Amino acid sequence: MDRRQFLKTTTSAMVLSGLGTLPQRAFAQGAPIKVGLLAPLTGVVASGGREMVEGTQFYFDSIGSEIAGRKVELIVEDDASNPDTALQKARRLVEQANVDFLIGNLLANTGLAVANYVKGNGTPYFIPIIAADDLTQRQRIKNVVRVAGYSASAFTHPLGDWALKQGYKRIATISQDYTFGHEQCGGLAQVFTEGGGEIVQQFWHPLNTADFSPYLGQLANMKVDAVFAMETGADATRFIQQFASFGLKGKIPVLGAMNATDQSVIRTLGDECEGIVSPAHFAEGSTVPVTKKFVDDYTAKFQKIPSLYGFSMFSGAMWVSEAIKSMGGKIPSKEALVDTVLKTDLTGSPLGTTVKLDSYGNPIYDVYIRKVMKRPDGKFWNVPIETYKDVSQFWKYDPATYLKQPPYSRTFQGIKKG
Amino acid sequence: MTTFQVLNGLTFAALLFVVASGFTLIFGLLRIVNLAHGALYLIGGYIGYTVGVKSGSFLLAGMAAMAGVAFIGFVLDQGLLRFVRGNDLRQVLLTLGVAFVLNDMALVIWGGDSFTVPIPEPLRGAVTFFGIFYPKYRLFVLLVGIILFILLWLLLHKTRLGALIRAGVDDAEMVEASGVNIRMVFLFTFLLGSALAGLGGLMGGAFLSLYPSADAEILVFSLAVVIIGGRGSLAGVAVGSLLVGLLNTFGQVMFPELAYFVIFGPMAVLLAFRPLGLFGKAT
Amino acid sequence: MTQATRTLTIGAIAVAVAALLPLVLSTYQVGLATEVLIFGILAMSIDILAGFAGRTSLGHGAIFGVSTYVVIYLVSQGSSPVFALGMGILASAVVAAVFALLAVRTSGVYFLLLTLALGMIVWGICLRWTQVTGGENGLRGDIRPAILYDHKTFYWVVLAVTAVISFAIWRFVRSPFGLTLRGIRDSESRMRSLGYNVPLHLFIGFTVSGFFAGVAGGIYAFFNNFVSPSTVALAQSVEGLLMTIVGGVGTLFGSFVGAAAIITLENIVSSHTERWQTVLGITFILIMILAPEGLVGKVRALLGRVSRSKSSVS
Repeated sequence: MDRRQFLKTTTSAMVLSGLGTLPQRAFAQGAPIKVGLLAPLTGVVASGGREMVEGTQFYFDSIGSEIAGRKVELIVEDDASNPDTALQKARRLVEQANVDFLIGNLLANTGLAVANYVKGNGTPYFIPIIAADDLTQRQRIKNVVRVAGYSASAFTHPLGDWALKQGYKRIATISQDYTFGHEQCGGLAQVFTEGGGEIVQQFWHPLNTADFSPYLGQLANMKVDAVFAMETGADATRFIQQFASFGLKGKIPVLGAMNATDQSVIRTLGDECEGIVSPAHFAEGSTVPVTKKFVDDYTAKFQKIPSLYGFSMFSGAMWVSEAIKSMGGKIPSKEALVDTVLKTDLTGSPLGTTVKLDSYGNPIYDVYIRKVMKRPDGKFWNVPIETYKDVSQFWKYDPATYLKQPPYSRTFQGIKKG
Repeated sequence: MTTFQVLNGLTFAALLFVVASGFTLIFGLLRIVNLAHGALYLIGGYIGYTVGVKSGSFLLAGMAAMAGVAFIGFVLDQGLLRFVRGNDLRQVLLTLGVAFVLNDMALVIWGGDSFTVPIPEPLRGAVTFFGIFYPKYRLFVLLVGIILFILLWLLLHKTRLGALIRAGVDDAEMVEASGVNIRMVFLFTFLLGSALAGLGGLMGGAFLSLYPSADAEILVFSLAVVIIGGRGSLAGVAVGSLLVGLLNTFGQVMFPELAYFVIFGPMAVLLAFRPLGLFGKAT
Repeated sequence: MTQATRTLTIGAIAVAVAALLPLVLSTYQVGLATEVLIFGILAMSIDILAGFAGRTSLGHGAIFGVSTYVVIYLVSQGSSPVFALGMGILASAVVAAVFALLAVRTSGVYFLLLTLALGMIVWGICLRWTQVTGGENGLRGDIRPAILYDHKTFYWVVLAVTAVISFAIWRFVRSPFGLTLRGIRDSESRMRSLGYNVPLHLFIGFTVSGFFAGVAGGIYAFFNNFVSPSTVALAQSVEGLLMTIVGGVGTLFGSFVGAAAIITLENIVSSHTERWQTVLGITFILIMILAPEGLVGKVRALLGRVSRSKSSVS
């Protein structure tokens, strides 16, 4: 072939190959990463749900809604605080919207319903808020990962230890009567009784109990060193108020689940909540610079101090995004995404420390024991008074031995007999 | 100890009485089962909360709650229910639709956080008597319940309007036929009933707090009270409130498992064998 | 062509069209269509009482959900799907019979409130009897038989069942027993004076209605692989009733129209806004004011007027 022909052929070959790759890369860069966010925007935990969306959006806005050059498309669906609706919306997100992964849900029963669904189709499901112990223990599902989340009993183990250190010998628990409550109380009860303490009585009340007076009446007459209150949402608000109005504040120290002293509860309360001690990985009153910056930025944007819901979703979204970034923005398969997330450590979160996932897909945190204190501007927030480092969902127990005991329930609270 | 629980039951019963009395007046005279009554309670509470926080006056909050909800009741009756007059079932289902809308609109306006109506200074804290420490505000609620019962009794038995209402509960057609402007009586009753729901919301909002599903909960209690007590009867709603209030409190203490049974069991059995309730009269 | 033959022809055409749907719809939409069929049966079971016996119930969601619970529980324990389905349907019928025993002496608003209260008791049991029902976590499992995993296959099986059930219900309301029920709806006192045992008829009618609700609930178990107290909650009864009403009380097949309308509306609305509840409420209000006879009822009324005006012209 002569030179002109050769040049023509090579040029056209080069152009063609160039044309071949360019649209492909553009296509890959053009296709957005679809995130399916499930949150209760209506129903009994609507306020928590709203904050979940805010926290997630706050994170994606901070990275320009882009990961490794790909746009992030956030699709929000309301699970109405209801597991049937959660399941329906999960189906819609996976089958109709073709999301790359699901994230969110608040109530444990909604999380369990969605987890059951993704078990069947392998869609990655990230649960920064769902605390049902067994999803990362006995009933572990490979593609369900608790990024930036916590299992219910993980924080009450150290609280039980702290209670022993205060010299408390007798504790009564009052809790919402469902798995989350059973697990939190169980964590406390096991560690507390193994250390020689006594759980005098355990009150279980249905969710949305308007009137706590029947229980407060009984508590007033018990001789206890402290009461542990596992309450969330409106129940927490009411319990704290009624506890104070019946004159029990100051008479009996209150240990709370972190949900009871979460901003979503205490921001509409006054002095009644002051002094309540609760365990959590996050304390909005912490002086750690990164935490403080996060709290200040969040408060500036949303005119409210961030709650666990906002913080957890922010960190969860960060965790998954960091994992995707480490894959160069490409998600070759569902399994690949899950595996990468499991191997990724969370650095740069508002906690200021590096957080790793244990081999069961659950994070290991430094746990703060926090106390509710009043700020100069009159608002209340949680300030750390003690820290337990590197607390896993198994506390100091060997995982294999721990998993042999049944999951915490109403009938099994880990209480050491004798 | 039991005195304490009895007081708890009585104070809760007093709140139920405030709310359910409005419900039974509307059910009794207009034969409308207003399933939006719970939503009226909640919105009354929210309005009372907003006004109470802004003005610092509990009294003003109360008036705002009652007026605001009476207005919503006015719109509901004149704007929507007039299209389905005479058909009991259609009316009930229409009010159900209204309940959905009101509940969602409340979520939009006030959000999902829990709010507590601020208690006025003189009612804060507790009193001690017979060795019990009891919140002043709850005793205030009990007092309001008793005063309201007296006022309603006076209205129904000592005024002409009350006589018309009582006659209308028995036989609305007769009253109409005797030349009275029954429409005005109906409207007044609807407004009064709604206002009572609003008042209930304000009062309940101070010790039980306000949140998105409070309307469904109070509605369910009100239904139980009115069905047990009987349609349109003041004595019925008083007795019904006492029964439901005490059953609920003692049920929570003694049989926490059977929380709903304790109320719905008796209600279902009563409806099956004495559908008119304890003091109700046939339509 | 008699009315009956006409109805059967329309029915056959509808089934044929429905069978073709999976070929044009996406996988997700086939799932939605399956739900339309399931809830259509529920709405029809409500219509048996509301349309033909004149008793509006707010407890059928609970009856429906009992079957779902029984099916998932049994299959998770190792039962065969067919046995579980049978037991589920039986359970629903029994629950309906218990409701009926208490409710047959009431009517109108009191019947509504009583069925509401009974439904709430069922809900309370499902919520608190954690050992058996899983409490507020509900029961979950992978219970759909492997051959039915595919959305399309499952849909066709459900369609076949729906066709058979619809036919059975249609025959039931046209039977002498069904006519007696209609007589009771129109005038209870007349039926009584004619010597009919009204409470017994209502009891049987209610139980039969519960049987069919149980069929829907059982199929739902296989569709969803999950059940929780919200399946038996008041909201379920309300939505079922709304589907019956939107389609047209007394039209029977309007139930499918109502189910399709509500499910489609919900899907469209909730993609654009969180205010689905408001839309649902407004729908209820508008239907009650403008079209209490439902969509199919309205169409029938309009057709009736058209044919009347045609005949008056000629």
